Amino acid sequence: MTKQIQSDACSLRQQPDDRGYFGGRYGGCFVAETLMPLVQDLALAYKTAKADPSFQRELTHYLTDYVGRPSPLWFAHRLTERLGGARIYLKREELNHTGSHKLNNVMGQILLARRMGRTRIVAETGAGQHGVATATVCALFGLKCVIYMGSTDIERQKPNVFRMRLLGAEVVSVTAGKGTLKDAMNEAMRDWVANVKDTYMLIGTVAGPHPYPVMVRDFQSIIGTEARDQILKVEGRLPHSVVAAIGGGSNAMGMFYAFLDDSSVQLVGVEAAGHGLDSGKTAASIERGRSGVLHGNRTYLLQSRDGQIEETHSISAGLDYPGVGPEHAWLHDIGRVQYVAATDEEALEAFQLCTQMEGILPALESAHAIAYAMRVAPTLSKDKVMLLNLSGRGDKDIFTVARYLGVKL
Amino acid sequence: MSRITACFQALSAEGRGAFIPYLEAFDPDRATSQALLEAMPAAGADLIEIGIPFSDPVADGPVIQASALRGLRAGVTLAAVLEMVRQFRKNNTTTPIILMGYVNPIEIYGYDRFCCDAVKVGVDGVIVVDLPPEESGILKIPAERYGLDIIRLVTPTTTEARLAYILTQASGFVYYVSIAGVTGTHFADSHDLQKAISRIRTVTSIPIVIGFGVRTPQHIQEAVAIADGAVVASALLETLAETLDHNGRSTERTLPAVLEQIKTLAQAVQKSRN
Repeated sequence: MTKQIQSDACSLRQQPDDRGYFGGRYGGCFVAETLMPLVQDLALAYKTAKADPSFQRELTHYLTDYVGRPSPLWFAHRLTERLGGARIYLKREELNHTGSHKLNNVMGQILLARRMGRTRIVAETGAGQHGVATATVCALFGLKCVIYMGSTDIERQKPNVFRMRLLGAEVVSVTAGKGTLKDAMNEAMRDWVANVKDTYMLIGTVAGPHPYPVMVRDFQSIIGTEARDQILKVEGRLPHSVVAAIGGGSNAMGMFYAFLDDSSVQLVGVEAAGHGLDSGKTAASIERGRSGVLHGNRTYLLQSRDGQIEETHSISAGLDYPGVGPEHAWLHDIGRVQYVAATDEEALEAFQLCTQMEGILPALESAHAIAYAMRVAPTLSKDKVMLLNLSGRGDKDIFTVARYLGVKL
Repeated sequence: MSRITACFQALSAEGRGAFIPYLEAFDPDRATSQALLEAMPAAGADLIEIGIPFSDPVADGPVIQASALRGLRAGVTLAAVLEMVRQFRKNNTTTPIILMGYVNPIEIYGYDRFCCDAVKVGVDGVIVVDLPPEESGILKIPAERYGLDIIRLVTPTTTEARLAYILTQASGFVYYVSIAGVTGTHFADSHDLQKAISRIRTVTSIPIVIGFGVRTPQHIQEAVAIADGAVVASALLETLAETLDHNGRSTERTLPAVLEQIKTLAQAVQKSRN
């Protein structure tokens, strides 16, 4: 008994505390007073739902029959052969309905919103994957849906914008700032504060005020839970390393969570370096940022010396954000996860390699994880296993890729 | 006695509420902003609220967002805002100054250092929009040490239980955010305002000020009839923006136009004297 308590106390899977703090430092609940009663209600509603078997049953039903879980684990043999080192497995989150991991979280939150009697959903989106997932469940349940998206992202993710509109969502273009995810988040929060009576804000990543970071992580943790079982089944052992791309960090947190206490497993989060870590055009919040407060939580942020948030750059709209989820900030500080970066160019190369070797078009976001594998897998022996999260499909990115390749569509 | 308390006592003796105009630091440039600040008391400001520009002002509507951006483009920093107050205090030792902003620039400046420097230059209170009482221990401790009031926000969504919790921590005055929404949208229904202010008065005896959506002389008359003061922000920034040239630079009309509006609003408050 005593032993059990001790091992729980040492677990890295017990965060955050009741106030939403990871490691006592990152996270928290930094919102205007108007929103405080709402996020506190939400925290309570989530806690109740989480402990309610009927909620879990309902969620499992939708995840199985609508989202299409479990997602397969694929041994990428041609990619493995080409790189000539570690055995590479892909967790196929791109095969979920709507084409990314985003629906795992959205399904959980929409069921919660319905329990809470909310009738109008607002969400922010970068690449549009979270927006499409949100618009999808709103269509499924007949709820009003408003998606805020930066004007730059609307331009570079046109197919997703049209998908959202087909699904019945109102897509609002945000022209403030550089017109990317940060600006969309600002505007979604303004909408929420002005429509507190009926509106649920459906945040798509492991950031925002408590309880969003823990709630989104919980809903996404099915990725790692499945992958851990799957790899144990096919390989009979845990992987050497687990790799995921990281913008806000929901696919990475969902993948890592199941492995946090497996100390033999190396966890690697790949940030978007953009034009390069020191180019001034980057989105690598952990490697080039420092601790600060934005969008409801304390975390690593790309910011000026005076605490003004900086504009970011990544070829991938989903990673083009100046912050990162607070749990990642904590995991970085304690050294449990190693955070590295891949540039636009490396991601584009990885996009093409994965497409040609495996017949899978990865999202540009996920291509950052593959870029890491291209760099590191060849240096590892052939008996090592590397598990990558293929968080989304790349169909939405073909226009961006074509432009970089100089092809006119 | 603090400048804030002295000010509200004097106004109470006069039988009227406080008029609190707002300016965004460095909007559209340092000199104009400083000149506006220094001319505000003579134009009728009882207290002055200075906005600390932030890149991502999520509680603000388009008018204050644009104003903050102009301030940032003009090179504002938190240290420069404090310097504005230091200059102001050379000729004015009575008008209370309240800074309003978001938490990140203060966190980066350092909470202790901020409170110490703010009091030293003559700031009286601070409103940090995204620092609810649950998170404000980091600011409260140094603020109490140096004698800086943290102005607490109460909103239409604040529950009874939260109201009591918030007000046990309030000092200076209470800022009632009159609408659930961002700054500069619409004026609240006066019946709702009356009810909300009465509710707050049952819990606290410190002055209550109404903000968000107070735009016209008529609004402010209504607001000070119900509460102890009112803040006008977006309406003034809108006037300022209209006077700028096509490059966003101040013109000879900028100061007179904003000050004229401040005088009109101040007269409306004077007339409300009971």
